[in-house]
Amino acid sequence: MRFMFIVKSSHATSPTPELMEAMHKLADREIKAGRMLDNGGLMPLATGAQVRITDGKLSVVDGPFVEAKEIIGGYAIFELLGKDEALASAKEFMQLHRDLMPGWEGTCELRAFASRMAS
Amino acid sequence: MTAADLHRENSHRAILAVWRIEQPRLITSLARMLRDVPLAEDLTQEALLAALEHWPVTGVPEKPGAWLMASAKNRALDHVRRNRMLARKHDVIAADMAEEQLAMPDFDAALDDDIGDEMLRLIFTTCHPLLSLEARAALALRMICGLTTEEIARAFLQPPATVAQRIVRAKHTLSESGLSYETPGGEELSQRLASVLEVVYLIFNEGYTAARGEDWLRPQLCNEALRLGRVLIAIAPYEPEVFGLLALMELNASRAAARIDLQGEPILLLEQNRALWDQLQIRRGLQALHRAYELGGAEGNYARQAAIIACHARAATADETNWPRIAALYGELVALAPSPVVELNRAVAVSMAEGPQAALAMLDRLAGESLLKNYHLLPTVRGDLLHKLGRYEEAHAAFETAADLTGNKREHDLLKRRAAESASAAISSSSNTKRD
Repeated sequence: MRFMFIVKSSHATSPTPELMEAMHKLADREIKAGRMLDNGGLMPLATGAQVRITDGKLSVVDGPFVEAKEIIGGYAIFELLGKDEALASAKEFMQLHRDLMPGWEGTCELRAFASRMAS
Repeated sequence: MTAADLHRENSHRAILAVWRIEQPRLITSLARMLRDVPLAEDLTQEALLAALEHWPVTGVPEKPGAWLMASAKNRALDHVRRNRMLARKHDVIAADMAEEQLAMPDFDAALDDDIGDEMLRLIFTTCHPLLSLEARAALALRMICGLTTEEIARAFLQPPATVAQRIVRAKHTLSESGLSYETPGGEELSQRLASVLEVVYLIFNEGYTAARGEDWLRPQLCNEALRLGRVLIAIAPYEPEVFGLLALMELNASRAAARIDLQGEPILLLEQNRALWDQLQIRRGLQALHRAYELGGAEGNYARQAAIIACHARAATADETNWPRIAALYGELVALAPSPVVELNRAVAVSMAEGPQAALAMLDRLAGESLLKNYHLLPTVRGDLLHKLGRYEEAHAAFETAADLTGNKREHDLLKRRAAESASAAISSSSNTKRD
């Protein structure tokens, strides 16, 4: 089963060097173990834009943005046996934050990919 | 199911999930301390049993990996101490020496090190050519992918007792032969690698041929094989055939969603909806193939097969397929290892590249092959080529022969339909001829 992990936080500060290193180590282990297929960090909200449809109208919001509660900071794609393994993996990832960046708050949301089938 | 049962089952599933992630590190660390892979596996299994006993009561610890490692490590220490005691009792003279040899290994150093070399050793031990292919596959799935014996049995459609016994016997064989801890190097590594790749490809194909509706663990074997392949490129990064095999598996797996219809019937490659092909997996497959080429592995068997699939993966539509390249690659495969089945595939590619006449000449040369005597695809391809050439009577006969040879009901019906089409084409063409 393929999963996407989406990490969200309201903390704008970048990770501590210790957390950075630990996350790199974990990602390296997950890639070498054949579970992580892809990952990436995202630039701050201000560097992006939003294309929206509201009330049937299409509009482009190119900043400044009202600070959202939680902002997506990065993602990873995993191929795992199932949700249990995804949970175990996400907990390990979040525990690193707890240990190495006290005070940090955020969410790692894990979502299964919709399976596609030939009709 | 009572609430307590449900709780126990949920925590068991959570524990096994942690286990799958942590187990390779546990086994490799213990194997280094004990210089014995099967023993290391036994002791890590004991650590798992301890977790299954304790965690449902205490909850999964914050750092489950560290807990498992500490538990496994203590078992290894106990084992070393026991052995040392035995050595003292049995042979007082040798006691000092034994003490020196069995001095407590430096556990913490072992934990921090890169597990790459130990992983290599683990894979080569589980895939030792001394073991049968089935035993190698079972050991690899258990020791590297962390599947339980029960899961392996379900995936291979075999009774759990059979698989359990196979694993016990294989571990015994390794210990008996003194192969419980060895690392092939240099030329031997390349030779032994073939035995490893063979196992990985077997696991992949077992999953790839699984039908829909069978236990979901069966197709999961494809993912486990892919995982093994990705582990292999990390620990043997200069072996081109490792990349070739990974490319072949990634590219084949990329079509998974497109190759079976809702009724579970196969859809031929050229008729598949390419929008359903997995682009992430195709990209990974093409990257792996590129790396195989960079390492000078273009002539490897797996790399060549991957290159053929890559031609399909690169074509946005079936019409854009580079058939001359595919025909040439099949030609190289046949030259490397002559096989009438590959030759038949080559003929199909040649018919797409150069037209039916050239391919028909190739089929004529295959007609006497005893291996293909009862192979329905030979008359099927023949019928197709003859039909395209307007030789409808002969096409009709070929399709009839093919229909008689296939054991698959749906294929039989399809071939009968094609035979009828050729027959009616024969009638209308002959009446056209008369009118002329």
